[in-house]
Amino acid sequence: MKKITGAQAFIEALRCEGVTHAFGYPGGAVLDIFDAIMDARDIQFILSRHEQGAVHAADGYARASGRVGVCLVTSGPGATNTVTGIATAYMDSIPIVVFTGQVPTHLIGNDAFQEADIVGITRPCTKHNYLVKDVCDLGRAIKEAFYIARTGRPGPVLVDLPKNVMNSTVNFKYPESVNLDSYCPTYKGHQGQIRRIMGVILKSRRPVIYAGGGVTLADASRELAEFARKLKLPVTTTLMGMGAFPSGDPLSLGMLGMHGTYAANMTVTNSDCLIAIGARFDDRVTGKVDEFAPKAKIIHIDIDPTSISKNVKVDLPVVGDCRMVLRGMLAELAGKDGDLAEMIAQTEPWRREIDAWKEQQPLRYCRSEIIKPQYVIEMIDEIAPDDTIVTTEVGQNQMWTAQFYKFKEPRHFLTSGGLGTMGYGFPAAIGAQAAFPGRTVIDIAGDGSIQMNIQELATVVQYNLPVKVMILNNGYLGMVRQWQALFYKKRYSHTSMAVSPDFVKLAEAYGAKGLRVTRPEDVKDAIQEALRIPGPVFVDFVVDPEEDVYPMVPAGAPINNMLLV
Amino acid sequence: MRHAISVYVDNQAGVLSRVVGLFSGRGFNIESLSVAPTLDPAKSLMVITTTGNEQVLEQIKKQLNKLINVIKVVDCADREYVEREMILVKIKAEKETRAEVLRIADIFRAKVIDVSPKSYTLSLTGDKRKLEGFVEILTPIGIIDFVRTGTVVMAREMQGRRKLP
Repeated sequence: MKKITGAQAFIEALRCEGVTHAFGYPGGAVLDIFDAIMDARDIQFILSRHEQGAVHAADGYARASGRVGVCLVTSGPGATNTVTGIATAYMDSIPIVVFTGQVPTHLIGNDAFQEADIVGITRPCTKHNYLVKDVCDLGRAIKEAFYIARTGRPGPVLVDLPKNVMNSTVNFKYPESVNLDSYCPTYKGHQGQIRRIMGVILKSRRPVIYAGGGVTLADASRELAEFARKLKLPVTTTLMGMGAFPSGDPLSLGMLGMHGTYAANMTVTNSDCLIAIGARFDDRVTGKVDEFAPKAKIIHIDIDPTSISKNVKVDLPVVGDCRMVLRGMLAELAGKDGDLAEMIAQTEPWRREIDAWKEQQPLRYCRSEIIKPQYVIEMIDEIAPDDTIVTTEVGQNQMWTAQFYKFKEPRHFLTSGGLGTMGYGFPAAIGAQAAFPGRTVIDIAGDGSIQMNIQELATVVQYNLPVKVMILNNGYLGMVRQWQALFYKKRYSHTSMAVSPDFVKLAEAYGAKGLRVTRPEDVKDAIQEALRIPGPVFVDFVVDPEEDVYPMVPAGAPINNMLLV
Repeated sequence: MRHAISVYVDNQAGVLSRVVGLFSGRGFNIESLSVAPTLDPAKSLMVITTTGNEQVLEQIKKQLNKLINVIKVVDCADREYVEREMILVKIKAEKETRAEVLRIADIFRAKVIDVSPKSYTLSLTGDKRKLEGFVEILTPIGIIDFVRTGTVVMAREMQGRRKLP
């Protein structure tokens, strides 16, 4: 066996993991690795303009493709700049591995130049992390990092690589398997429990499925659709679950919770059997927890035991992989055609009630002379190809997208759900575009959010990633302004973006294309034009500055207590 | 409700910080903590006493199990167990109280481990209640300082009521 350096071993390990793309930023502590990367032509490296952009890009790559996203940055500030991105991935259970440089082992703890205890800093926001102190441990650490990131409930893993470890030599052999006694996620749900929940579901009269991001992560959307259609169960999804069940399906209720649809919130509140699948009863979903689904028996399917009965007391839990459990549930239907027909007949009035809610209070907005942001999103949905990947920033742009873009497939909608990270959408779009160069990737942004990682314009131009950024420019931090309007007597404290750049000129300054739209009648043409242009485009839609997101459930109120348009 | 939880972990740097960070980050309470290597030197045992309702305790156990370096979590409430902790008490012992202090020490089966003309240092092991009783009795005499270990627990070998032949 030939001796190679730690840096070369690192590249070899990435190859063994099938890594084809990495996002990052060089620096002193990772010079050896970057030197080795120059020879690794099979791994496409994308240089971001800020480390946060690199992590979000790795995250977007992972969400869009289902593969593990990889990020490589230097020590100290390079490492600390990744923290927001790591926390974002952690909250949404996204598999990424972040490699950070570190000062040489003999300097650790000495306050050396560009030293930060990144393992200490990221302990609470990673699924696990490693400091590799000996080059002999490098292969095992990387193998475990990828394994932990993508298995069980996925999540980010950080591996800290001191400089001297990477330039020392080793007889390298990448381990073939991992040996982790203390880590064995449960995939297969308990058979007896699955039988019990099917018994409860078949006897229910007002059932509803509440599906979350876990369905997408487990690639279980086909099974979910089969299950829901077979039992004629209405389905509401969380923000993270958008696309896990097709929006256009007659059984779809859209999103639930704070900005959920009237029908979804009413259905959940009046249900006698709530089937939570890969969802975690987030406060933005439940509103006032004591009054969430108060009449329902609560069934909860989740791969993470800690999610069960964390916020809401669960009557019938099943710990397991959503796809495997749904298959088990479908299998339980064998020979129960009579029960099934009976249940479908008995739940017919419930579905009619739900249809009436849908009809009474659909999502809507008032047209006007000024461009309405909702209209822009509807038009993007109408014009963009079916396989388009949409990312969003955080705030009104995100909620309107979730409400008005009809997602039909999983992994088509990438958004920071749990952490709510402004500045996520643009770099995430970079990651998605890198994974799928042939598909349309659109970031629906606000004028506030886009400025949080706008430096990545240089990245899209450099790598000719034809990301389309649709800025809903209302001159405000709109969601915060909305809360100020509703709950703080319209005292708009520091939410006016009084000075913003000219986004068209800015895009042009970076070598991208910029378009501006000020009239509703020009919206369609502008979107078509943006999609026709082969490279990256910024479209600045000057929209109604006072438009709010409705329905809205005030924080802490029960979810059937909605402010409607 | 007070609860003792035994947590078997990998004997590695940083593991204590993961466990303690979990408690502080999620707002769980640690009343006492003791950590030491086990019979298998690759593993350490942490005994954590904590308080909380049933739901909180359930979360604590599940969250601990979720940590990659945690091998096993044992809730002592599920079994019969014996528990001990130790206290060292430095107490004023001047002419009129010297004999009294020794008498109390004798009653509790505490040991004198350091002597000075004006004080004794006593050591005592027992369960939490015994130690608290000891402190309560000594307080009027004048405790200069005390230091306590965390609780350690061990499951009883013979579980359940012993059947007499």
